[in-house]
Amino acid sequence: MSSSIQAVVSQPYKHGFVTDIESDTIPKGLSEDVVRLISQKKHEPEWMLEFRLKAYRHWLTMTEPSWANVSYPTIDFQDIVYYSAPKPKKKLASMDEVDPELIRTFEKLGIPLSEQKQLANVAVDVVFDSVSVATTFKEKLAEAGVIFCSISEAIQKHPELVKKYLGSVVPYSDNFYAALNSAVFTDGSFCFIPKGVTCPMELSTYFRINNEESGQFERTLIVAEEASSVSYLEGCTAPKFDTNQLHAAVVELVALDDADIKYSTVQNWYAGDENGVGGIFNFVTKRGLCKGKNSKISWTQVETGSAITWKYPSCVLLGDNSVGEFYSVALTNHHQQADTGTKMVHIGRNTRSTIISKGISAGKSNNSYRGQVKIGPKAEGARNYSQCDSMLIGPHCQANTFPYLEVGNPTAKVEHEASTSKIGEEQMFYFAQRGIGSEEAISMIINGFCKDVFTQLPMEFAVEATKLLELKLEGSVG
Amino acid sequence: MIAADARVILEVQNLTASVNGVPILKGMNLTIKAGEIHAIMGPNGSGKSTFSKVLAGHPAYEVTGGSVRFEGKDLFELNAEERARAGLFLAFQYPIEIPGVSNAAFLRLAYNAKAAANGQDELDPLEFDDFIREKIQVVEMDPAFLDRSVNEGFSGGEKKRNEILQMAVLEPSLAVLDETDSGLDIDALRIVSNGVNQLTKPDNAVLLVTHYQRLLNYIQPDYVHVMVEGRILKTGGKELALELESRGYDWVREGVGV
Repeated sequence: MSSSIQAVVSQPYKHGFVTDIESDTIPKGLSEDVVRLISQKKHEPEWMLEFRLKAYRHWLTMTEPSWANVSYPTIDFQDIVYYSAPKPKKKLASMDEVDPELIRTFEKLGIPLSEQKQLANVAVDVVFDSVSVATTFKEKLAEAGVIFCSISEAIQKHPELVKKYLGSVVPYSDNFYAALNSAVFTDGSFCFIPKGVTCPMELSTYFRINNEESGQFERTLIVAEEASSVSYLEGCTAPKFDTNQLHAAVVELVALDDADIKYSTVQNWYAGDENGVGGIFNFVTKRGLCKGKNSKISWTQVETGSAITWKYPSCVLLGDNSVGEFYSVALTNHHQQADTGTKMVHIGRNTRSTIISKGISAGKSNNSYRGQVKIGPKAEGARNYSQCDSMLIGPHCQANTFPYLEVGNPTAKVEHEASTSKIGEEQMFYFAQRGIGSEEAISMIINGFCKDVFTQLPMEFAVEATKLLELKLEGSVG
Repeated sequence: MIAADARVILEVQNLTASVNGVPILKGMNLTIKAGEIHAIMGPNGSGKSTFSKVLAGHPAYEVTGGSVRFEGKDLFELNAEERARAGLFLAFQYPIEIPGVSNAAFLRLAYNAKAAANGQDELDPLEFDDFIREKIQVVEMDPAFLDRSVNEGFSGGEKKRNEILQMAVLEPSLAVLDETDSGLDIDALRIVSNGVNQLTKPDNAVLLVTHYQRLLNYIQPDYVHVMVEGRILKTGGKELALELESRGYDWVREGVGV
């Protein structure tokens, strides 16, 4: 436990339990009172407060993990504001008020003007009114019986579902950041697909709430009942700035018998400037539970942002014949650090998992793949295939691969392949000699390298992801 | 086939170049006109490959003196891409593999880069498909190769055929073939040579850089140059190649007092 936490824990009860605070923000720092206050502010039921308090008390006993291959200054957890009421982003009157750097990025990404306005929070005209889009969207989902709302709303309106599944995949005791998140989360998404329903459209956070600053500790819970299926998109390619440096989200997925969840992320958080100053620390716990037989959970991620990424979307394959997949592209440039990968835990019989990881390092960045495949003693006939490829751009970056295998059943088959390649002078010269410019060459090489992952993304996401990588690598070679 | 008034495609005068500060080319002189096939032969380390890379604009080589005019322009005013688009082609001794990028997509990008630079129409994927299906016959290539990743998992012979296919697509005015015969079995050598011969026209030229005479049985050069220690020491007709094959290179050195 850090000394500052200790100091707070041991200090006398100072502020008392205040109920009628006028301000929208509570003071910096974390204590049991703060946790109570967050819960109270959100008018949460007693069980929710209990959940948070248990998490908080457990968190106090934990220490920050240090095994990841990343380094960063000590985080002062008492220097963080843990609750501020959702406040609307500042509306801008026209695109002229938007940061030109942001506009340039939008143009490079090929984002249509209407969408640019929405992302930059410029008032939009009637035709492209996001509210009407969102309304149509909601009606369609309601018809199908799909619940898609903020986690806070779900706690109020669907307490029985939240109570049943929250923390069932990532218990509060799971790890340091998960415990912290469980204690103080204020925002996130909830999604429930009833039995037999194929969600009529891809669910995107983009449509859910866009006029509020996202929370620092997001909590997402997706439950797919028997024989249902859903595809969920998180994030967007537009650069995301945030004044909060530490982000510790928790995402939990539950798939019952024959259910299918596809979770795609394109993440482009602010990574700091070229010298690595500023930038977001993204410490995320994402896990899916294939609870039922023949269920399937597939993670696809394109990670390009954050100063530091610590993230392992994982699958627990409990149901017999269940399938877990992880497709990842992680790109680091300048001084970014990423330690990302997955865990596939095979418990049920004939469970299968596939891991395709593509790491691209440029500049002075450090990119590590960390993956664990664990085959339990009862996982008869389990199979895993892992492929981890790294690409280095320039002489000053690093790529590492840390595979962990634990096979507890003799009938299991586990395959692991790894490769490292370089975009070097010879390759660039080959393209140049065929009349192809360096930017096009890099984009072609990178796309080729990431093809197996990009094909897993929904179409429009894939196109944007391609452009995003090009943009991120601008000027890295030659 | 050589017209007396043929245009000069390449004119190299007193070219010197070094790599990592070590001088490799020490005064190259060479003139190539339209319709001609030239061969540069020489022992290992004579600077043959360096010469071809300097022409193509490889960044590791530093030109330290002399001049090269290509199609009437100062070659060194152009970067590597511009040289390629202006019609200078290098068939690589070791072609690069590009995983995940289909051969067809790569060829089309190269074709369109050149077309755009020369004010010609670019081809969309369907038009290009018609175009490329004709071209692959030049090197007797199975269309399945078009869908495979560029050079990935290709045999040595397939890679070299692929280089000649690129030449067929780009229709360069000067094709420099750097050790294209190395690592080829007899069948592949025949196919590659056959391809090059089909692509040789009165308005373009070929420069073969090779170690061995056997390629010249298939592609008949008009001129054979012997390169030793960064310079051309002797020039002759195709019979010179046979003489080199039987006598080696030392007599050339001795003949000019090196």
